[in-house]
Amino acid sequence: MVAPFSPDEIASEGIKPDEYEEIVRRLGRHPNRAELGMFGVMWSEHCCYKNSRPLLKQFPTEGDRILVGPGENAGVIDAGDGLRVAFKIESHNHPSAVEPFQGAATGVGGILRDIFTMGARPIAVLNALRFGTLDNPRTRQIVSGVVSGIAHYGNCFGVPTVGGEVTFDQAYAGNPLVNAMAIGLMETPEIVKSGASGIGNPVLYVGSTTGRDGMGGASFASAELTDASQDDRPAVQVGDPFLEKSLVEACLEAFKTGAVVAAQDMGAAGITCSTSEMAANGGVGVDVDLDQVPNRETGMVPYEYLLSESQERMLFVAHKGREAELIEIFERWGLHAVVVGEVIEEPMVRIRFQGEIAAEIPANALANDTPLYHRELMTDLPDYVKTARQWSEAALPLCDRAGLHLQAGSQTWTDVLKTLLDSPTIASKQWIYRQYDHQVQNNTVLLPGGADAAVIRLRPQTGDQAAAFVNTRKGLAATVDCNGRHVYLDPYEGAKGAIAEAARNLSCVGATPVAVTDNLNFGSPEKPIGYWQLAEATRGLADGCRDFGTPVTGGNVSLYNETLDSEGKPTPIYPTPVVGMVGLLDDVTQATGQGWRQAGDQIYLLGVKLAAIADAPDHVTLGGSEYLAVVHDTVAGRPPKVDVTLEQSVQAACRHGILQGWVQSAHDAAEGGLAVALAESCISGQLGARIQLPEIAAAARWDRLLFGEGGARIIVSVAPTAIAAWEAYLQAHLDGNWQKLGTVGQPAEPLQITTADSQAIIDAAIADLAAVWASAIERRLTAS
Amino acid sequence: MNVSVIVFPGANCDRDAAYVTRDLLGQPTQMIWHEDRDLKNADLVIVPGGFSYGDYLRCGAIARFSPALQATVEHAQRGGLVIGICNGFQILTEAGLLPGALMRNRDLHFICDRVPLRVERTDLVWTQHYPDQAVITVPIAHGEGCYYADADTLQAIEDHGQVVFRYCDATGAPTPESNPNGSLNNIAGICNRQGNVLGMMPHPERVSDPLLGGTDGLALFQSVMSKQLQTI
Repeated sequence: MVAPFSPDEIASEGIKPDEYEEIVRRLGRHPNRAELGMFGVMWSEHCCYKNSRPLLKQFPTEGDRILVGPGENAGVIDAGDGLRVAFKIESHNHPSAVEPFQGAATGVGGILRDIFTMGARPIAVLNALRFGTLDNPRTRQIVSGVVSGIAHYGNCFGVPTVGGEVTFDQAYAGNPLVNAMAIGLMETPEIVKSGASGIGNPVLYVGSTTGRDGMGGASFASAELTDASQDDRPAVQVGDPFLEKSLVEACLEAFKTGAVVAAQDMGAAGITCSTSEMAANGGVGVDVDLDQVPNRETGMVPYEYLLSESQERMLFVAHKGREAELIEIFERWGLHAVVVGEVIEEPMVRIRFQGEIAAEIPANALANDTPLYHRELMTDLPDYVKTARQWSEAALPLCDRAGLHLQAGSQTWTDVLKTLLDSPTIASKQWIYRQYDHQVQNNTVLLPGGADAAVIRLRPQTGDQAAAFVNTRKGLAATVDCNGRHVYLDPYEGAKGAIAEAARNLSCVGATPVAVTDNLNFGSPEKPIGYWQLAEATRGLADGCRDFGTPVTGGNVSLYNETLDSEGKPTPIYPTPVVGMVGLLDDVTQATGQGWRQAGDQIYLLGVKLAAIADAPDHVTLGGSEYLAVVHDTVAGRPPKVDVTLEQSVQAACRHGILQGWVQSAHDAAEGGLAVALAESCISGQLGARIQLPEIAAAARWDRLLFGEGGARIIVSVAPTAIAAWEAYLQAHLDGNWQKLGTVGQPAEPLQITTADSQAIIDAAIADLAAVWASAIERRLTAS
Repeated sequence: MNVSVIVFPGANCDRDAAYVTRDLLGQPTQMIWHEDRDLKNADLVIVPGGFSYGDYLRCGAIARFSPALQATVEHAQRGGLVIGICNGFQILTEAGLLPGALMRNRDLHFICDRVPLRVERTDLVWTQHYPDQAVITVPIAHGEGCYYADADTLQAIEDHGQVVFRYCDATGAPTPESNPNGSLNNIAGICNRQGNVLGMMPHPERVSDPLLGGTDGLALFQSVMSKQLQTI
């Protein structure tokens, strides 16, 4: 029998010829148009991880605190005292590239639904954003659109956007990254799962109506972006945060009745995905009549119903006979709740339309037993990596204690520091987070920009637990991290470094790292280099998660992040495995910020000592650094290697110092190295600092000393009264990997870094540094 | 004191307000669904922040038609206490309980920040616990908080001492630089002539819990509940 579709029609659903053959084999016949569309979305990378699944298997997923691991709508951890926290990260990269405002807004909406589908109330959102450079007008438009889209959805929904990270690099010019992480506190006694059960139980469609918006978004997300992608704007959904706010209240109320058996968010691939996953996860079938589905447009055909990604919709399985009480709740909130079908024994997804069967597919074929590609890993390093590794510091212009001697003229180290503080990646993100409501719900302990991680109080706001947690001090810390340039230059060490940095950031606020959600943003896995990056980075993440005792509870894979130029040549982004990590604190009043607190406090460096830098070129390096990229326009070298043992002991020391009340501020040295970290602590605390460097071996360049990255380093300030106890502790636990750097100054005093023989190499008024740092992003965005 | 918090679909600071009145200050607090007319013997009605009905038409424009808000207007007309915070302030101006209107912020962006306010009057039931001319720091979080009134109305508001809070700098001076959203006369909050209805864009309920690092808003709730709190 000849296929009823042309190769082009098959390809337009994102299905490869081999996959089509497989579909015919599974069905024992050719699919119809609707079925072909269903396979197209369910077999997309976005839904079935056909390229990444074998790699994701490496991740550790179990631990004492893990209640729900990968496979559900979100992971859940045990936060102690009967509290359970759901969290997950998800990308909305391609929609945001095409339609920044709605793309980002619905990205937030989608991840919030993943959280409350589990029975958890969303209590915080973080974002990891990657943009091109701000000299590009299209990038400026994308930045403005994405930020207002996130603000629009999160602010209206009423969830605080408490943290995140934003970097700017040419590599993301055509393909920005918008990753949103949501955290929720469980309100229902049981965690609501997605597996359907109970033959004859009714299937309810709840929430908003179905229209033609967001058609085939999952397939769209699983292809490269081209000039023609703008024509795919119908594949971008439109969000309604007000409706979602009503939906969360109605859902949590509904779950508490005990009448709901299972729930699944309608995100990517809408009705297709929710029906097939609920059926497959429960080992049953689902029979759904599209004529019952509330719609917002007339004349829709099954293909459109099934592939629509209209927002703010969910699918429930209810206990038979209890439909009415659920429907009453949703209607009170002005939402639809309609019985559209039932659970059946036969493990099929059966779709009815106008009295006929419009589609009939084994649920497993759509949701579980999906294609899998084991790809060959290239045995040699890619050429770009080899070239990058040939770089050495010898290629840099001469420098001495006076500064850097560039061809265009000399710059003092103070000039160089200001240049780095003016780099949008390092500069203040206030222009961005000031647009996000970060205090709604009355639990935000550390405000954005003031600390290395976000900290919120874990306080149930409704339900049986609420009264018991008034005045609770229990807290949760969260961070998102990834240095894409490091991962590009060394996917294994770079990805492992992202885990180390996330754990370090949590430690800097005094929290113990607990678990990870990851968002793998990569180029095409079908190309050898793309697959090598993905494979190496996942290996690095897996090792990092084991090293730091933070299992992965789920996440998201976003491949094909490439832009085709006018000649059709693909340019991939930097491989960017964003790590979202959560940690716990017993007492939020101990949470520590990054700014100096009090003049006279003593400043310490934990991690690789300055005098040891010359002998640790792998651990503190200019390779892949922000300094190299910004000041020398060079992306080369090897990024810092993670010294796991040192990281663990430094982080433990930092946490211990905070819990003992010795440490007043803590900030890690990441992009921009020691000098930038010191400047940030000065700016944040509005206090100066006097730093005296030790005797340095001649072999170490000044720029590596000041701006080199890596070395598991944290800068802390300690009250004078605590110094004896603190130093005794360091002596016993850090094996010499610490040193005293200097003293916190008065508000009017500068940041002064002097050599062992008392010559100032950096001397800058805090107000001057702050002015550059605070205005860098806004100044570029408002440039016409 | 019986406190009633109106719950509109899209309200999102209703629980934050109740947390302060019920959990921190121990006053009986009821949540009133927007379709209900019964305010449950409220002494104080709180119209909370958020995005009532999505605020897609004009902030607060739909909320004023709700039965709960109609009842609130009657409560205010009887001399009952009403405070509108953020979206609640917008709703009270739409309902005609307070003069003027809130427009989009000067820079057209949503702004979430902590800003200094000067307390203009301390003879009100709302502010009696603040020292005279106190400068307090209170969070703001709004996209449409630019206070506007025509020249005559504005003059009348000033003449009757209806400005309760004004955006100011750290020293208490209401400078143009310290005005976050372009509000006329740096107005952050006003009351009606009788003083029983207060509307303000800043969020006092977000700065009432010492665990979160500030209590500049707590005095407002303590002021209005001072009699009840004394008897505890």
